[in-house]
Amino acid sequence: MPDPSPILEFRSVNIHYGPVHVLKDVDIEIFPGEMVCLLGGNASGKTTTLKTILGMVEPSSGDVVIDGTVMTGSTTAEIVSMGVTMVPENRRLFKRMTVYENLEIGAYLRQDRENLEADLESIYEMFPRVKERLSQKAGTLSGGEQQMVAVGRALMAKPKVLLMDEPSMGLAPVLVQQNFDIIKQINDVGVTVFVVEQNANMALSIADRGYVLQTGRIVLEGTAEALLANEDLRKAYLGDADSA
Amino acid sequence: MAESIVPESIQKSRPASDVDWSRVARQGALGGLTMVFIAAAGMVTVLDKRMIVDPWLSLGLIILLWVPVFFGFMAAREPTPDGGEAPVKGERDLLAGMVTGALAGLYFSFLIVLIDRFDISDWLSNLLPKLVDILTFGRGIGTAAAIWIIGSALLGLIGGALQVVSPRVRRMVTWAVVGTIVVAMLELIVTNLFQGLHIEWVADLLYAPRGGLTTQAAFVLAVVFGISGFRSSGKSLDQRRQERMALPKEVLARRNLIAWIVTVIAVIFVPMFVGGLTNELLANVGLFVLMGLGLNIVVGYAGLLDLGYVAFFAVGAYTTAVLTSTESPYWMPELTLNFLRPEGWIVVGAVILVGSIAGILVGTPVIRLRGDYLAIVTLGFGEIVRILFLSDWLSPYFGGAQGITNIPSAEIGPVVIPGTNSQAIFYLLAVFSGIAIYVSWRLQHSRLGRAWSALREDEDVAEAMGINTTAIKLTAFVTGAIFASLAGMIFAAKVGAIFPISFRLLISIVILVVVIVGGMGSITGVIVGAVVLIGVLGGPTQPGLLQEFGQFKLLIYGALLVVMMLKRPEGLWPSLRRQRELHHDELRQDAWLTGDPGQDTAEVDA
Repeated sequence: MPDPSPILEFRSVNIHYGPVHVLKDVDIEIFPGEMVCLLGGNASGKTTTLKTILGMVEPSSGDVVIDGTVMTGSTTAEIVSMGVTMVPENRRLFKRMTVYENLEIGAYLRQDRENLEADLESIYEMFPRVKERLSQKAGTLSGGEQQMVAVGRALMAKPKVLLMDEPSMGLAPVLVQQNFDIIKQINDVGVTVFVVEQNANMALSIADRGYVLQTGRIVLEGTAEALLANEDLRKAYLGDADSA
Repeated sequence: MAESIVPESIQKSRPASDVDWSRVARQGALGGLTMVFIAAAGMVTVLDKRMIVDPWLSLGLIILLWVPVFFGFMAAREPTPDGGEAPVKGERDLLAGMVTGALAGLYFSFLIVLIDRFDISDWLSNLLPKLVDILTFGRGIGTAAAIWIIGSALLGLIGGALQVVSPRVRRMVTWAVVGTIVVAMLELIVTNLFQGLHIEWVADLLYAPRGGLTTQAAFVLAVVFGISGFRSSGKSLDQRRQERMALPKEVLARRNLIAWIVTVIAVIFVPMFVGGLTNELLANVGLFVLMGLGLNIVVGYAGLLDLGYVAFFAVGAYTTAVLTSTESPYWMPELTLNFLRPEGWIVVGAVILVGSIAGILVGTPVIRLRGDYLAIVTLGFGEIVRILFLSDWLSPYFGGAQGITNIPSAEIGPVVIPGTNSQAIFYLLAVFSGIAIYVSWRLQHSRLGRAWSALREDEDVAEAMGINTTAIKLTAFVTGAIFASLAGMIFAAKVGAIFPISFRLLISIVILVVVIVGGMGSITGVIVGAVVLIGVLGGPTQPGLLQEFGQFKLLIYGALLVVMMLKRPEGLWPSLRRQRELHHDELRQDAWLTGDPGQDTAEVDA
């Protein structure tokens, strides 16, 4: 493990939606610079986990700790200011705003306005296509381009931790590969990445470690290699198509 | 073979026998139904008194006669097949138009015979014998039916012919007819303007003493408009606007500036040269521009559908009334709406404060609601506010149904602005609208404006990006509320007496229609919408330029809204941004075809 103190931590978090117990004593630790994936099928609580990190859902017990500070009960704005940003499932760009405006919204909470230009430049460098499309409506872009903008928008917040919700969802296989390359690239420049995925094979192929969530409980955790080798996991996620 | 010697163009024009009869039957039936509906709604009877060309053409006839032309035109229209060539127009289309018109006339003459034979005015109260007199032109019923069928057939033929002739000729005819009718319809305002300019004799030349153009004037106007139509480039306003977008940014900015300066000068000087009646119309428009701009922030910018917007208008009016009326128990003699004295600004401040509080009070409970639910709850709030003002419980403060009377006029220093002086009221509203325009414009391009757009687009993601959606929703509500309460303040000072009935749900709806018809999110759109709906058609209680249509106003509002949503959802004068949103697929294609992805670079709301 690279750094002894985690940048993002769940301490036995429980979430209830009314009578429904969605997350059950979930413990997650993510260390700076790591790429961690959270695997799980439908309704296993993956998206709820992300919402909890962002403060959009409040735990009924347990704590969310970001960078050593207990953030339970904080507003989303406070958490985003701490350097946690999300790339939502299916990109969810602001379709009728221009690409540039989308990027601008990403930097909504940034105080250091003077650095924005430089950050924009680095995003153009990473995605030259985005620069070509700046004044176009985000909704008119292709799926792959939209994914770039979605990542760019998140990066404009200058995140320490990037949360990715189902990055492979709704993309052609070629684009999924490209997408994971992008994620790897972002991780390589030092951003901690937390990927939530159904596509376990793809996620584990680039992640350092992984957690497996099943009906709200962490049932497995370990290094990517260990998980890939795990018989149960192979059966549940990697083998038969019917289980995913 | 015989075909080979026939020129290609004729080959493609299918013969006259090859008419799409089912289409003709459909359009004919629709045309007949439309004519019957117009007659049954009572429009013919009422509008027959209004002359367009004296003495032979009344407005009552015109609203029937356009029907066969339109449906003849539609029947002769053939859609261009996908990827194929447009079919060549020919005699076939003339036949289609003519038969469509004849069918419409036939169905309509059934109605004439029906109301001539039976008294059905118990069921349809507008179908009176009087209508028969108008529709038979004082002749026998058989002759009248023949006239309607043959006349409609001819009009349908003209409609079909409009498809066949070149676009240029079509423009010439449309301009001549529409231009002449518009000048006739604008009789009131044109006469008014000529009087202001002391050239009444021109108006006397144009218009007959009992209303309507003189036949000679109509002829001259038709020729003039026809020639201008023939010479015009035929580019639509939209095309021109799109073309302007291609200009360099500096040129564009300069042109926008010039346009605004011209507008400001017109706003300052036009009221001086027109009579009281036109000024009254302008004042009504001003009131709705101010309110429309407020609602535009809530609905157009932030995407929150507020159906109870009139509540804030009422709150502003009642605050002014309670503070300044001699009848109110809280009357303080030193408080008048005098814009040059501190106590006047106390009133303005109080109106803004109370308006903001109302915005927060209504906004807070509905902030978690979305879409339909938000609309329903705000609808309820709008009514609650009106009923509170009406209630016995609060009548010691607000006078219940009797309202509050004796509200003093606004003043500027020693100068009183009586409510009867519409010109002065208009200037007052113009100043406040000007401020509202500036505020809207600055907000639109601010960080907050961007956040509102994001909220409108996708609330969840906006929140995930760290936007405090609760706060910006409330800001939108409060800003809108402030604009509306200021409008209410001027309204109260203008009319001098306010009653709960002045703040009906209908007002909310009309303001919303102004914003939608003008173009949501567009400042110019709000102004255009207010001019068209309030100035031309008339407001909920105020008469418009076309007073004749007074009792059919809501019918026309409804029809206009339906047509707009089907044909032009972005509004009459959309922000170019919104227009592209709604037609972006076409534009995207264009961009792709021309290989120029940056064609829509300029983001200027003209």
